[in-house]
Amino acid sequence: MAEMDTSSSGGGKKHGGTKSKKQSTRVDMTPMVDLGFLLITFFMLTTTMSKPKTMDLIMPKDTENEKDQNKVKESTALTILLGKDNRVYYYEGLAQDPNASANPDFFKATSFANTGGIRDEIIRKRDEVAKLRNAKGEPEDVVVIIKADDQANYKNFVDILDEMAINRIQRYATVDISDQDKKWIQSTEAANGVQSTPAAPPAK
Amino acid sequence: MPKVKMPRKSTAIDMTAMCDVAFLLLTFFMLATKFKPDEPVTVVTPSSINTTLLPDSDVLLFTVDKDGRVFFSMDGQPKRKKLIEDLNTQYKLGLDDKEIKSFVTGASVGAPIKDLKQYLSLSEDERKKSGLDKGIPTDSANNELGAWIEYGVAAQGGSIAKLKYCIKADNQTPYPKIKEILDTFKKKHIQKLNLVTNLEEAPKGTAAWEEANAPKK
Repeated sequence: MAEMDTSSSGGGKKHGGTKSKKQSTRVDMTPMVDLGFLLITFFMLTTTMSKPKTMDLIMPKDTENEKDQNKVKESTALTILLGKDNRVYYYEGLAQDPNASANPDFFKATSFANTGGIRDEIIRKRDEVAKLRNAKGEPEDVVVIIKADDQANYKNFVDILDEMAINRIQRYATVDISDQDKKWIQSTEAANGVQSTPAAPPAK
Repeated sequence: MPKVKMPRKSTAIDMTAMCDVAFLLLTFFMLATKFKPDEPVTVVTPSSINTTLLPDSDVLLFTVDKDGRVFFSMDGQPKRKKLIEDLNTQYKLGLDDKEIKSFVTGASVGAPIKDLKQYLSLSEDERKKSGLDKGIPTDSANNELGAWIEYGVAAQGGSIAKLKYCIKADNQTPYPKIKEILDTFKKKHIQKLNLVTNLEEAPKGTAAWEEANAPKK
């Protein structure tokens, strides 16, 4: 491989100066090849890795007819509320009975943490409901009701849908938040001050 | 005895051919790669464990930034041309050829339909400065998002079945805005949506993780 000779010392051939040294025109190509392959690697990696993924979301049809609506059993339901600052609240059942909140442990606060967060609660409820049997003697499926408060953000929403995928919950629904739920969130926030510790019991 | 002279061979090889190959590949990848279209807003999408890929074509993409501004984009220049021409006739916008071309070749648009003429006459940078890119209105009084969906579907021609509706929203987008958008889709009887997310691994010990790591039979 020819190289550019840039060294000035010709090794004692300085005498005379009659013979001009024959310079080769060939250049070392190795750095250029290196650069070329570096760019190729860059383009190959960036093109395949920046591909975004999508999450399927299938919305239910709005049915006016009362008969077409699915009824959820109180015993198989888990209601999850999304509050502000990434807070999560949950309670078991649907809270159709206004006296349900009489129990101070009814409405609980938690977080999106990997352990001790809402996931553990979903898994616990799922396994608990799987032990129940319906009228035909088949195992029941847990139904998760997701209600997002106005202060929740999109990340919370996707995170909770992701929890459904992570824990393989087959039946879940996003429902509008009720005034009663909002009231509970407010009173829990007020009771816990700014920082709500995970799974702290809410004040009545 | 004469000395046996071994001819000294250089170990260096000619790199020119390798260099040619390298640059040929480089050119191929550069040309074959579609660059990420320039987006008017930066959106940080949340992550999920879903591995479904976002399709390249037949997509209506609604980008929502963290302030809840909605931007519309669609692939395919002929389709975009049909869409803007339909809008032009329907809403009597009086767009000229230059503005139509700006829409056809541009990326996302996010402006109320009545401001569309002015919006399209500006360059991308000017749009940001002028404050015209306030997003597509989604409130119930003036729901132009529904119109964009309708015209977007109409512009697809025959391939409506393949069409996917993607929502790409920021982490910080307030939920009520998302709900408005979802409700708009619901009103149009579109039940199947796609939310654009980043990939993340399923957490250890969960049902999804066990499924993914189950020993192959």
